[in-house]
Amino acid sequence: MQQSPAQIRHAYTRMRLIREFEERLHVENPKGEIAGFTHLYAGQEAIAVGICENLDERDYIISTHRGHGHCLARGCDPRDMMHEIYGRADGLCKGRGGSMHIADLSKGMLGANGIVGGGQPIALGAAIACALRGDGSVSVSFTGDGASNQGTVFEAMNMAVVLKAPKVFVFEDNGYSEHTGASYGIGGDLKTRTEGFGIPVWEADGFDYFAVYEAARDAIAEARAGRGPVAVLATATRYFGHFEGDPQNYRAKDEVKRFREEKDCLMQMRRRVVEAGIFSESDLDAIDAAVIEQIDAAVASAREGPRPGPEIMLQDVYLDY
Amino acid sequence: MAVMTMRDALNDALHREMERDERVIVLGEDVSGGAGGTSGSRDAAGGIFGVTKGLLPRFGDKRVIDTAISESCIVGMANGAALAGLRPVAELMFADFVGVSFDQIFNQMAKFRYMFGGKAKTPVVLRMSMGAGMNAAAQHSQVIYPMLTMVPGLKVVTPSNPADAKGLLTQAIRDDDPVMFLEHKALYARKGEVPDGDHLVPFGEAALVREGQDATVVAIARMVPFAEKALDKLEAEGITCDLIDLRTTSPLDEETILESLSLTGRLVVVDEANPMCSMASEIAGLAARKGFAHLRAPVQCVTAPHTPVPFARELERLYVPGPDRIEAAIRDVLKEG
Repeated sequence: MQQSPAQIRHAYTRMRLIREFEERLHVENPKGEIAGFTHLYAGQEAIAVGICENLDERDYIISTHRGHGHCLARGCDPRDMMHEIYGRADGLCKGRGGSMHIADLSKGMLGANGIVGGGQPIALGAAIACALRGDGSVSVSFTGDGASNQGTVFEAMNMAVVLKAPKVFVFEDNGYSEHTGASYGIGGDLKTRTEGFGIPVWEADGFDYFAVYEAARDAIAEARAGRGPVAVLATATRYFGHFEGDPQNYRAKDEVKRFREEKDCLMQMRRRVVEAGIFSESDLDAIDAAVIEQIDAAVASAREGPRPGPEIMLQDVYLDY
Repeated sequence: MAVMTMRDALNDALHREMERDERVIVLGEDVSGGAGGTSGSRDAAGGIFGVTKGLLPRFGDKRVIDTAISESCIVGMANGAALAGLRPVAELMFADFVGVSFDQIFNQMAKFRYMFGGKAKTPVVLRMSMGAGMNAAAQHSQVIYPMLTMVPGLKVVTPSNPADAKGLLTQAIRDDDPVMFLEHKALYARKGEVPDGDHLVPFGEAALVREGQDATVVAIARMVPFAEKALDKLEAEGITCDLIDLRTTSPLDEETILESLSLTGRLVVVDEANPMCSMASEIAGLAARKGFAHLRAPVQCVTAPHTPVPFARELERLYVPGPDRIEAAIRDVLKEG
């Protein structure tokens, strides 16, 4: 553990924030106040945070339809996000984007994306801007095992190598491409496939924050140094369905329960830092309590948030038309 | 003023804008060409139609980026580069390849600003060659601007002559919204006078190419010179028409069309697209909605048939609306009322 206590506190807090944000949405969603599709990230927190703790404000990320975790890991405001998910006029995207389109350009967060595989070429374009600036910045795309089969991902991997772009491909294998096991849809395997493009791959246990952090640290250092694109491949699971309301008939009955009890990333991180004497249980409990309070406040204010009027529907199609 | 081809006018605009603003980059297949070839010559192509010739030696390969044949990636890269502060001019060799990259166009660049709460700017220009005239058959000859025009968030530009091509491309590059820039491949060699120096043509302002009394003719891109040919013939008989060159299909200059219609009472729309959900049907609808009181005869739409673009010379000639069909349509619209 080479990270400072402050860094570890920051990472743990972000992971807990994602967990509580998603657990709370799982509770709130069936109540009917949240419209549309919601895809939860709980279970994969160590990946988003392990990657984003290696980034700074020069860098870019692009996310997926399962994007809340990446947004929070990148520092998007949970209150503004909650308002957006509730479709409020003062949400992060004025209630026009919703769960699948949360973006915060001011934080280098180029958006969650409802099109599976849509983000990888976009992130490569941002990487080209990074290379042109020549400031060592990088651009990160998050890609699920499902998206990894889209042609856009292959195109982006190939072009990233051709252009030697500072692009970080993060593959998150959560075991399921929607309602189908990842193993069914992936011919060969992600690691050799990526290496086939000439991209070096760092593998990490996606339940282990420190493993992801260290893999990402080493991979990103290569990209920052101008040695071309890199990939991080992390395996975890999602604790909820593909979308909220998914009956998950494709999963064994005790699958999630087993992961939660044996592998959970927050449980592992707590054990590691307490055993190492960095924080006590009560230090971490205090962080958890503060996060829960923050989420309570975000939900309460989102429920009361201003509803968007017709003027918001017509705004921002163009800058000038 | 210098006389030059539309190809050279576009090339001039690209050179000038890359010189003026270092955020402007160019990317696409063979935009310079020659990389990895055996001649050692870079800038071996300068674009399939030579529009980007000379940019690589002048601005270098960090700003003039040859890509693999990966259209989704080309457009996606332009989108990401724009979100990250650059002003990319991406090229699709043929407008038909929008089919390969449409997600990045209509789901991504067109929607960022709206979906992301008005905070994103996506100043992408997507250049593409369009249209029949080279016997390039069904997958290299379509005009496709109607399907781009229907997408909120996109602007769609269809120049008909070298001066407008320069002015509209300059505007497109300086514009902060995503712009689809459709260059008719049969017009690249069309010559005309082009203003020296900075030249901008604003979007949404159609050009009144000719003034007349008897009918209003609205045309797009290659259909403009074809309509001029038809009008030359009719003018010898004393029939005169307003000829409106749309220049941009989105934004659409409704005012110029409706004002002319209010004076002539008769409307012919000439559109190389297939007839359903075309600019022709759109403008006929506009006349029905907002110009009904002025209409003295049914609107005549001159379009391609509801077929793919055929290959054989004879068939392609039949497919493309030409001066004869335009002339006949004008005569038809003058018959009634």
